[in-house]
Amino acid sequence: MGKRVLITGLGTFWGSRVAQALEADPEVEVIVGLDRNEPTVPLERTEYVRSDESYSILNRIVKAARIDTIVHTFLVVDSTQMSSRTIHEINVIGTMNLFAAASAAGSTVRNVVVKSSTLVYGAHPKDPVWFSEESRRAAPPRAMVERSLLEVESYVRDFAVDNPHVAVAMLRFSNVLGPDITTPLAKALELPLVPSVFGFDPRFQFVHEADVVRAILFVLAGEIQGIFNVAGDGLLPWSEVAAICGKRTFPLPPIGMGMLSAPLGRLGLELPAELLDLLRHGRGVDNRRLKRRGFDYRYTSAGTVADFVEALRIRGMVGDAGTAYQYERDVEQFFRHSPAVLDPD
Amino acid sequence: MAPPKKATKTAAKPRSTVKLPRSADARTPSMALVPVPKTDAPEGLDDPRRSDVDEWGRSEHMRALARRVYGPLYRNWHRVEWEGLEKIPTDGGALLVSNHAGAIPADAPAIMHGIEEELGRPVYGLADEMFKRMPVVGTVWSRVGGVLAHPDNAYRLLAEQKQLALVFPEGTKGTGKTYGERYQLRRFGRGGFVQIAMRAGVPIVPIAVVGAEEAMPILWKSAPLAKLLGLPYFPITANMIAFAGLGPLGAALTLPAKIKIRVLDPVSFDVEPDQLRYSRSLIMDESEHIRQRIQEALFDMLRDRESVWFG
Repeated sequence: MGKRVLITGLGTFWGSRVAQALEADPEVEVIVGLDRNEPTVPLERTEYVRSDESYSILNRIVKAARIDTIVHTFLVVDSTQMSSRTIHEINVIGTMNLFAAASAAGSTVRNVVVKSSTLVYGAHPKDPVWFSEESRRAAPPRAMVERSLLEVESYVRDFAVDNPHVAVAMLRFSNVLGPDITTPLAKALELPLVPSVFGFDPRFQFVHEADVVRAILFVLAGEIQGIFNVAGDGLLPWSEVAAICGKRTFPLPPIGMGMLSAPLGRLGLELPAELLDLLRHGRGVDNRRLKRRGFDYRYTSAGTVADFVEALRIRGMVGDAGTAYQYERDVEQFFRHSPAVLDPD
Repeated sequence: MAPPKKATKTAAKPRSTVKLPRSADARTPSMALVPVPKTDAPEGLDDPRRSDVDEWGRSEHMRALARRVYGPLYRNWHRVEWEGLEKIPTDGGALLVSNHAGAIPADAPAIMHGIEEELGRPVYGLADEMFKRMPVVGTVWSRVGGVLAHPDNAYRLLAEQKQLALVFPEGTKGTGKTYGERYQLRRFGRGGFVQIAMRAGVPIVPIAVVGAEEAMPILWKSAPLAKLLGLPYFPITANMIAFAGLGPLGAALTLPAKIKIRVLDPVSFDVEPDQLRYSRSLIMDESEHIRQRIQEALFDMLRDRESVWFG
């Protein structure tokens, strides 16, 4: 019997890409995707369920579809996209419900992968240059999204302790860049002048979007458990990141950014607290643990930035190439379930 | 940001600087780059780096620039003299431990500069996070080899990358001493430096420095100003008075005290490396022992000193 996978956040960048990749895997029998928003990429056989992450629905889906693998990608790490209220609901409440459902009596869940973020380490002058998976953060979180991710991780840890028969993997992803994904850092690097904090040139680490999806699939395939940092090799100063992008930096004052952030936000430059900390102190994470398990990266930190810039340049020349995919419920249902559609085999 | 721009500018320079007036001592190739072992080299991946800033934030080109600026000060102003330089290992990791003094301590750059010039080995200076909080200063500090004194950083530097790291266990307790308290060593922290060396399995090389105390003596300290500025101490130094004509630059310029550096016999520990914890009493014994040896060396060197300015 093949794997029966539940993906949370099918409408998000990661959920949809993981689903696409899993569809190609004959080992995977069923893929159920959950989200409040429709998927933004074409999917062949993934079943999309429009739902919020309430406990009763999750519980019923896990039982009814005999889910044995959960890929939890529905975690918001970009606090500029929604209100803190919504982030709390999605991250903390969503995770709590998901793990409650997964640990219900008679649950068939055996394998869980959670997509967390290196935001949980924070960015502080007392930080080590490299955080290991065991490192503790130097100061309590200031940013709301960091607090919510720490809560998420504590739910995941509780679940792993209470359910020793389930292989739980938690991946902490560094700053993601790539041709397709939009992140606050990507937005900052797309500006004509790249914002920086005056007098600070912290070192940044990046991970390529392709390596993120590969890491999730790698952990899934190997049923690996534990906490892993996922980040490209090498740290590079922010000024060098800007230089690779062919841009100059625009130094913001090192004090009084709290007052400036509102008017800057109106100008299209959103700098939430976690990003301001990062622009001041940077962050490096030790990626060797996942490498020791046999994972190999396709991009280094600098390579990731270079690939992002290349895509940016192409987009600048030819515009957005791919026509946006539109999910049509009836069409998708027809192709999946109508007897009129014949199996090519 | 300015520093990396400077770095790329100097990157092209080294070849053209041969015509610089060489000092009498031909052994001081000020612009020669110290060979930094390339660590964490990504295997076969495209890594389009633009600067030479390493994972610790150190840029060898910035370091070379700093050596060129600091060189004349080292040779002609402080006339730094070494004793027992051969006791510093030429390969493998080692933790250099020294006394620390002066409002803006002259000992750290002297030790780092000397070892880099003479042995061609980079020295990473471990320090408090205070620098990292300061704009500009923090970035420059990091580019010229400053690293936060964090056990993980020290372990990686010493055990994994086999580098030299310099640490001042007195910290700001040493540099914040007033002139009347000179050459009396402060508490050596909580012995963390011993634990780090034990865990990394590297020797400790004690170093005694004479002269840094007089290079920037603190006459008086203002507690309210220190509190206001968030500094560990706000000193009124002899330099501010002596070089009052130079304005703010005068406050940063050291007095031309003769600096003498004596390297003491390295200490190795007979314990298993990579342990989570070591006996507290063993750590305190070793820490106290090293402190005592540096203190004795200081008194010995002071006994032979005839002049603060001429040694």
